[in-house]
Amino acid sequence: MIINHPLLGPRDAAEFVNRGDACQIDRPDGMTASMDEMHDYAYLRDNPAGEVRELWYHEQGDRSWLVVTRNTLTHEITSVEMARDVARARGRST
Amino acid sequence: MRYSALKILTQGLTGNKGWTPVWREPEPQAEYDIIVIGGGGHGLSTAYYLAKEFGEKRVAVLEKGWLGSGNIGRNTTIIRSNYLLEGNQPFYEMSLKLWEGLEQDFNYNAMVSQRGIMNLIHSDPQRDAFVRRGNAMRLSGADAVILDRDGIREKAPFLDFDNGRFPIQGAIWQPRGGTVRHDAVAWGYARGADSRGVDIIQNCEVTGFQIENGVCSGVETSKGAIKAKKVAVCVAGSSSRVMETAGMRVPIESHVLQAFVTEGLKPVIPGVITFGAGHFYVSQSDKGGLVFGGDIDGYNTYAQRGNLPVVEDVCEGGMAIMPMIGRARLLRMWGGVMDMSMDGSPFIDRTHIDGLYFNGGWCYGGFKATPASGFCYAHLLSTGSPHPTATAYRLDRFRQGRQIDEKGMGNQPNLH
Ligand SMILES: Cc1cc2nc3c(=O)[nH]c(=O)nc-3n(C[C@H](O)[C@H](O)[C@H](O)COP(=O)(O)OP(=O)(O)OC[C@H]3O[C@@H](n4cnc5c(N)ncnc54)[C@H](O)[C@@H]3O)c2cc1C
Repeated sequence: MIINHPLLGPRDAAEFVNRGDACQIDRPDGMTASMDEMHDYAYLRDNPAGEVRELWYHEQGDRSWLVVTRNTLTHEITSVEMARDVARARGRST
Repeated sequence: MRYSALKILTQGLTGNKGWTPVWREPEPQAEYDIIVIGGGGHGLSTAYYLAKEFGEKRVAVLEKGWLGSGNIGRNTTIIRSNYLLEGNQPFYEMSLKLWEGLEQDFNYNAMVSQRGIMNLIHSDPQRDAFVRRGNAMRLSGADAVILDRDGIREKAPFLDFDNGRFPIQGAIWQPRGGTVRHDAVAWGYARGADSRGVDIIQNCEVTGFQIENGVCSGVETSKGAIKAKKVAVCVAGSSSRVMETAGMRVPIESHVLQAFVTEGLKPVIPGVITFGAGHFYVSQSDKGGLVFGGDIDGYNTYAQRGNLPVVEDVCEGGMAIMPMIGRARLLRMWGGVMDMSMDGSPFIDRTHIDGLYFNGGWCYGGFKATPASGFCYAHLLSTGSPHPTATAYRLDRFRQGRQIDEKGMGNQPNLH
């Protein structure tokens, strides 16, 4: 698989590590979240056959986190965004 | 029909005309006591033990493809009971004991071959960890031997003992580990279940559940609706997709694991050998092919094929411990979709929906569990209480803080 890095251009997926579902960006506030919210955030995943949005970390590159939209049946990648842009757009400050 | 040496002889002398199909191909009935979804190893062994050990009479197995089309027919066939943790080791040791009596039990040649498994040690901390593991194994009644370099040389002189980066310092050896002919396991359980009245229905995909007021009373399938008092999901890599139709999210991701087979060679590999500094494991099939594999690819997928970086990684692992395999030509490679759980351990449990049960999360190691998984699932389904060796495999264990994380990797399925 080739991941089209927004800053670095096309890179081999072997340079990255996968961290799973991008829903992990939406971490509940540990001070206020209920047990159920924290449990579901940490342990439950949608895991669909088809399109997923997931986190990839460019460990062997510029160490940025990306949100990659990919199809789990065909491995086709349709969009790559900087995770920080996605997080900010969702109201996260950092 | 009971199989025996005499049967083969008499059939051979009479033109082999008397063999009958190994199982029936029935149409589904309108209702069963227990429906098992998934005709892989675990589903078939569940049905077998339900009928044989627990006297259940009205059982069906629904399989969306053909028997053995899933991971039971795709794995590298290694069996062992070399786990560390309390929740796991007694269960896997029970499974190994069941393997030892399996062929007599279901009257079918599954080629159970206890040729031993050797996990190589490459550093001092690894030796400490393996000695500890060996003790845990022995406490559960399993066998474990720590080998020094000479002990390894006797069995596998061809290893690269003084490799510059990963010299071999020793190994943990489980003589009772080994390999089993995987498809024969599916066929043997299917035959044993069928002959005890279980309906095995192939090409029957479950598309949904009949759930009302928190009670499951049947399934929707490509062959119509079927009622059941209890519904037992057992679909390995498809766990999340099937449970989603019941409105449940499960602590599982689907990942691909690849396997490789070379051309047939004369006997060279004495048992199962695993590399301790990277991920590579190898055995030799009875036909002579070297069967090997390594890590999962590391990203969620339902495509039953992997990518090239892992091929390279696996082959590098092989070359690092046994350079002699570099000249063997690869014949085939394939992938299977696995149900990787959040702590690397499985589930055998009831769900919060009455009458709906779940078995899954077997990761890359569920083949060895096939007999015990079926036995324990059947126990839960029939008696209503978990089997004593499988009490830890609860769906709510993360909520309780009772993870069974052999590798200590945390909630990241691609690292287990
Ligand atoms: C390459 C590879 C190597 C492996 N090596 C080993 C090893 O050496 N040792 C070891 O212990 N384990 C190994 N494993 C793991 C092991 O194969 C699995 O954990 C185990 O086979 C899973 O259980 P199963 O046999 O029931 O799965 P499967 O055979 O996959 O059975 C699940 C069945 O459910 C069916 N199904 C899915 N959805 C539906 C539906 N909606 N309706 C009806 N049916 C459905 C599928 O068609 C399938 O037949 C390996 C796996 C792979 C892929």
